[in-house]
Amino acid sequence: MIYELGHLALILALAMSLAQGVLPMIGAQTGNAAWMGLARPTARGQFVFVLIAYLCLTHAFVTNDFSVALAANHSNSTLPLHYRITAVWGNHEGSILLWSLILAGWTLAVSIFSRQLDDRMLARVLGVMGLISCGFILFTLFTSNPFERMFPPPADGQDLNPLLQDPGMVIHPPMLYMGYVGFVVAFAFAVAALISGQLDAAWARWSRPWTTAAWCFLTIGIALGSFWAYYELGWGGWWFWDPVENASFLPWLVGTALIHSLAVTEKRGGFKMWTALLAILTFSLSLLGTFIVRSGVLSSVHAFATDPTRGVFILGFLAVVIGGSLALFAWRAPQVGLGGSFEPVSRESMLLANNVLLLVAAAAVLLGTLYPLAVDALGVGKLSVGPPYFDTVFVPLMTPALFLMGIGPIARWRQARLPELAYRLRWAFGVAAVSALAAFLALGKWTPMIGLGLALAAWIASTVVLALVTRLQEHKSPDWRRRFAAQPGSFYGMLLAHLGVAVFIVGVTIVSGFESESDVRMEPGDTATVAGYQVRLDKIEDVTGPNYQASRATLSVIQDGKLVAIVRPDRRVYNVSRSPMTEVAIDRGLLRDVYIALGDPVSATAWSVRLHHKPFVNWIWIGCMLMALGGFLAVMDRRYRKLRVSEPVRPASAPPQADRALPIGGVVVARSGAGGTGR
Amino acid sequence: MRKSLIPLAIFLVLVGFLAVGLGLNPREVPSPLINRPAPAFSLPLLDAPEQKLSAQDLRGQVWILNVWASWCVACRIEHPLLVEFSKMGMVPLYGLNYKDKPEDATQWLKKFGDPYTRSLSDREGLVGIDFGVYGVPETFVIDKQGVIRFKQIGPVTPEVLRDEIIPLVRKLGA
Repeated sequence: MIYELGHLALILALAMSLAQGVLPMIGAQTGNAAWMGLARPTARGQFVFVLIAYLCLTHAFVTNDFSVALAANHSNSTLPLHYRITAVWGNHEGSILLWSLILAGWTLAVSIFSRQLDDRMLARVLGVMGLISCGFILFTLFTSNPFERMFPPPADGQDLNPLLQDPGMVIHPPMLYMGYVGFVVAFAFAVAALISGQLDAAWARWSRPWTTAAWCFLTIGIALGSFWAYYELGWGGWWFWDPVENASFLPWLVGTALIHSLAVTEKRGGFKMWTALLAILTFSLSLLGTFIVRSGVLSSVHAFATDPTRGVFILGFLAVVIGGSLALFAWRAPQVGLGGSFEPVSRESMLLANNVLLLVAAAAVLLGTLYPLAVDALGVGKLSVGPPYFDTVFVPLMTPALFLMGIGPIARWRQARLPELAYRLRWAFGVAAVSALAAFLALGKWTPMIGLGLALAAWIASTVVLALVTRLQEHKSPDWRRRFAAQPGSFYGMLLAHLGVAVFIVGVTIVSGFESESDVRMEPGDTATVAGYQVRLDKIEDVTGPNYQASRATLSVIQDGKLVAIVRPDRRVYNVSRSPMTEVAIDRGLLRDVYIALGDPVSATAWSVRLHHKPFVNWIWIGCMLMALGGFLAVMDRRYRKLRVSEPVRPASAPPQADRALPIGGVVVARSGAGGTGR
Repeated sequence: MRKSLIPLAIFLVLVGFLAVGLGLNPREVPSPLINRPAPAFSLPLLDAPEQKLSAQDLRGQVWILNVWASWCVACRIEHPLLVEFSKMGMVPLYGLNYKDKPEDATQWLKKFGDPYTRSLSDREGLVGIDFGVYGVPETFVIDKQGVIRFKQIGPVTPEVLRDEIIPLVRKLGA
């Protein structure tokens, strides 16, 4: 009964989303205030119904009701409760429902935090989101009904894929979806602005915090996925250029371009068309990612569903949404105009160059992801494009982008002078060169890639410091604390995110240059060595988990005669699926991981054991977290909240806020304040 | 042409490729067993464990081997289709009861119907390994010379039965 109610709730959500997608849009076009006013209540109603549907489905998993086919196929009564809750999205139907729920959640958030929007704009934004939601709920109901029943119910469920029985999997998919789906807000703003022709600084300011928030979630989601792959798949790799990883990375790359482009549109009124196009592209790539994962056009470890009708539906939906918005763009863009002009050397030009590089990188990744498909479609043959391709195209594209990333925040808007820039950057140049050299001396090994990576990381880190020092010096106040307090949150957020990139590069460079591994055969009492660590196998015992049997090894990690850690990797066989799984054990550290995976038994007493030494590997994820944290700091910036009603009176003690672009008669003028972001 | 139309044009080309790609199957990995002789086996019958059946006994006829188990939920999806298909009496359909308890398997067949000419009991799953079984269910079409001519991974769908299996069985001259 409860599942039929869930199904009904989903149908009601569909009706709500249709009302939300159609009526306010018509209202906005005809100027009917009552119809425009329907945007908020329908958006909230839709959220409530999707939530009810989602909770009903969760009920089946939590109470082990295997008359629901989805629970029977993807859960089991011996599965621990928290994994039963997450098993809801460990399958195609449930994850699409989660997609819809998160979309409804973002819609709800826009309906709440939108007091500064005028009614017409809000009606259109929520209308676009309603139409997207409508498409996804239709998809769920027609091709992937999660409430399908199974009679007679099996005695027990098929269990969740053991790979997904992991804490990382508890938060990775929701985070990733928060990011993926979150770009819908920027998309809806861009489409609404294109319809009304109101592509101005105010539009950019409204879009910015939403876009940055989505970008942060996506960053965290991707990082968690990579972190999970690192310790769960047992290969010790952290990125595989798998089609599904690429599907999440593409919107990230273009989304990164978008948040920077939005900055120019807000501050300088430039790049309007470009920003609108990026907003459309970012969400389009999110949809394309969903298509790639859900339709099974590409085989991948992640694709749990391959059903041609689903593929046809998503492709049709994709064609309508992306094709429609690009057609709107083609029609509207020529009427928009170019916005503020700038010189070849200026912050705008650096940001534009970086945007283009990011977009080209995204295109290269997209090409590599879809090329096997295109080759297959043309009937030439089957092939796969692996990491060699991606590494070859990605590094040369990112190198200039990372270099410009250091200059951008220091260059002035509109026009900067090259000699002056070079003079101001001389310290950063020096630091970068010295650190590449010092790395050579300290690490005892040097390749061009290691040198380049460390030089770029040092370059970015030192320009971050330089940007901060420059801004603080330009402030007139004699009190340093006041100088610090005068900088907006978004500035610190930017610095932190850029610093995160530097930390990330250090991690990637060192781990790929210096990692070592060895596969050894060990019997209890044996000792093996990896990168100066002695690893002794103490014992192997059989253990019984809640839903698996395992052989568990106990190993001591010893360095210079001192015990560093005792680790216990497992070799598990899950009771229901009978699939063997490696549960690695890692002794983590800021400077290195000792990563131990238990292989198969090679004789009655001996086991194969794989030992990895991974220097600086955790810097990869620490860097990602810093990027996300920086993004959240930027979202918290006061100026997004302040402009809600009218400009509040500035307290006398506070120095003037950073320059704020004011739309005056359609022309955007930057008002310059002391030490402002606009410098 | 207007520059702002370029993104739309690129997208339309992409949609074309994706549409064609949907019709293709990336998992259509040519199985190493296709066009190879079926592995030899000799297994007890499910309903008469004292009797054994071997690959040799099935020579000279076209037959289908369907790997199934009572614990397999996906098998229930294809099962009604197999029951229907067996009624056509076109070709002998042998079941390979994979890693299953005979009593569970017998019970299951009683409940859902028995489409199989005979079911073989592969309790340890060793014959399954020889056949390169990835998962249950899987279905093989084997010709008169004992050569595997077709393999379906996962449940047999009505489309696969209609468009692949039945025409193939006809061609092989069952």
